[in-house]
Amino acid sequence: MAEFKQAPAGAPLGTQLMTWVDNRFPASKLYKEHLSEYYAPKNFNFWYFFGALALLVLVIQIVTGIFLTMHYKPDAAKAFESVEYIMRDVPWGWLVRYMHSTGASAFFIVVYLHMFRGMIYGSYRKPRELVWIFGCAIFLCLMAEAFMGYLLPWGQMSYWGAQVIINLFAAIPFIGPDLSLLIRGDYVVGDATLNRFFAFHVIAVPLVLLGLVVAHIIALHEVGSNNPDGVEIKAKKDPKTGIPLDGIPFHPYYTVHDILGVSVFLMLFTAVIFFAPEMGGYFLEYNNFIPADPLTTPLHIAPVWYFTPYYSMLRAVTDPLVNVFAVLVALGAVLAVLKGGFSTVVKVGVLGAALVAIFLLKTFDAKFWGVVIMGLGVMIMFPLPWLDRSPVKSIRYKPTWNKYLYALFVINFFVLGYLGIKPPSDIGTLVSQAGTLFYFGFFLLMPWWSQLGEFKAVPDRVTFEPH
Amino acid sequence: MKRFILAFVLPLLSGLTVLAPAQAAGGGVAWDTFPAQRVTDLAALQNGAKLFANYCLNCHAAAFMRYNRLRDIGLSEDQIASNLIFTGAKVGETMKTSLDPRDAKNWFGKVPPDLSLIARSRSAAGQGTGADYIYTYLRTYYRDETKPTGWNNLAFPTVGMPHVLWELQGQQRAIFADEKDPHDASKTVQVFKGFEQITPGTLSTADYNLAVADLVAFLQWMAEPNQNDRKRLGVWVLLFLAVFTVIAWRLNASFWKDVK
Repeated sequence: MAEFKQAPAGAPLGTQLMTWVDNRFPASKLYKEHLSEYYAPKNFNFWYFFGALALLVLVIQIVTGIFLTMHYKPDAAKAFESVEYIMRDVPWGWLVRYMHSTGASAFFIVVYLHMFRGMIYGSYRKPRELVWIFGCAIFLCLMAEAFMGYLLPWGQMSYWGAQVIINLFAAIPFIGPDLSLLIRGDYVVGDATLNRFFAFHVIAVPLVLLGLVVAHIIALHEVGSNNPDGVEIKAKKDPKTGIPLDGIPFHPYYTVHDILGVSVFLMLFTAVIFFAPEMGGYFLEYNNFIPADPLTTPLHIAPVWYFTPYYSMLRAVTDPLVNVFAVLVALGAVLAVLKGGFSTVVKVGVLGAALVAIFLLKTFDAKFWGVVIMGLGVMIMFPLPWLDRSPVKSIRYKPTWNKYLYALFVINFFVLGYLGIKPPSDIGTLVSQAGTLFYFGFFLLMPWWSQLGEFKAVPDRVTFEPH
Repeated sequence: MKRFILAFVLPLLSGLTVLAPAQAAGGGVAWDTFPAQRVTDLAALQNGAKLFANYCLNCHAAAFMRYNRLRDIGLSEDQIASNLIFTGAKVGETMKTSLDPRDAKNWFGKVPPDLSLIARSRSAAGQGTGADYIYTYLRTYYRDETKPTGWNNLAFPTVGMPHVLWELQGQQRAIFADEKDPHDASKTVQVFKGFEQITPGTLSTADYNLAVADLVAFLQWMAEPNQNDRKRLGVWVLLFLAVFTVIAWRLNASFWKDVK
């Protein structure tokens, strides 16, 4: 417990008040630790806006969500109507609704960019593993939040998208049918589904999400921010003050910096809200302006754009790809036995595990493995801190070909996303199969390729040009 | 670093151009372009409202649309009540229909859809807006004696609705020619070659096109009655943010000049 302080006699009222508060709640301490004396590297670039922007979008979603909840009716007979009521009769309801619907897509844009920043600068490397893992958990929550929120307008795409995705769970062996029934609360998507999704969307998931965001920031402020050079600024401190030489106080330097980022972001965000709220059918799908009709299946059901890379991976898993997986597992096992340098017991274990895996691959339906691959596509982000064995953190000091590899990764992610929007086609399936293999190869082979090539010398101090 | 960012941004931009016609295309003909400027033309919207109340409403409903919202297109409540409400509904009520859905199903094979949002829901990326679709649809009805209603439609083949505006447009016949299927040489496909007027309507073709444009403008407006206000407000919001961005930029620069 901190010592009880006394404001000096005749101190201004403000000082007296803060002393009173600080004796009871660490207000000044928190302010210093997280803002005015949180030292962030001074060489942040463009990519470092997206953390603050994600926080901004989170606040927008929560505040607009609260106002939407005041008028929305989570009832299959009234939900669609109540959304139109918000759009037409509630004063400024249309603005709040468009902010929320555009915010959903904006959230994924900034979070994808934020995650990509972490990848290229090695922000997940020691000692920031937990920052990364909390972040991945936030991404998972966000996906759940977006998926359940998308059902609420109760349009055709809401309904059939949910129907398709919940049915995926039915592909899980043994427990699948009961599990999907448990999620739906009914044999088809209906009022029960809408009500539980509403409950999850407005309270259960946001609570977890907020907790994780707090954990993410606490973990970050404990270890300090990484930077584009991947240099630990805490290694070089001013001997007198103990402040990192390359560190600057978050407030005011990064607060004014982020205000600039926020204002540019808001220009793009409001341009969409006011001039293209449907964003060509990507942010608000046209079919979703037709009320949910359980008797009419739309010709083409696609999830919203932010899920489509993973949806592509799901659709890519057909019997031929399962055979490819089986061959890859066998090759991997043989390679591990020949080159791994393990003891005999481990070798036998590896071979046994590979045989079991191949047996399972060939036993269960490809649809089930598609669901597994879709899930793994997200989950594979979690162990990234241990997959990357590169001697340097930042892509700046990695071999030049790494840049092309990461560029390829991004292009591949976009191609998968594009194919997930399109109706299935033969060539599309082939491309998405190649894309799926590349996506997983990128991560699973990272322990190998991240050590290859000539690394450049990492400087002692960050590179920074005063502006 | 700049080159590095460019290396990512350029493929993304080129990706976006590919993305544009992403959604699946439906059947029917290529859509004509609806003259979009009519949505901001109050006279056009009022004429559209008149056509809508006279020809569409009562088989179709617009259950999310209140009659008195028509004040936004320059009509007074008295004008709305005396000229556009034929059902005895109050001016604050929504545009409901007295058509029994079961009867509708018997008569047309399908319950006529609610039209509140029809212009928004029929958009298709790569084909055009919902307004383009309806503008095409209402102008491509033709006589087809093989259909129960005696009518067929180019934009909506085997449509259930007869040509409600036929008195205005008159009756026309579609001329098809058999041509080889470009995908399968052993088959022939019917290719549309043009319309032939059988009986004249009360409007000339040009006037009929204008009337349909007004009706579609109304449907487009009704799908989102505040769309014009939204765009007007957006200009001010963006102007404010532009000024704010300049201030934020200078504020940032004045703080950061101390960072060496």
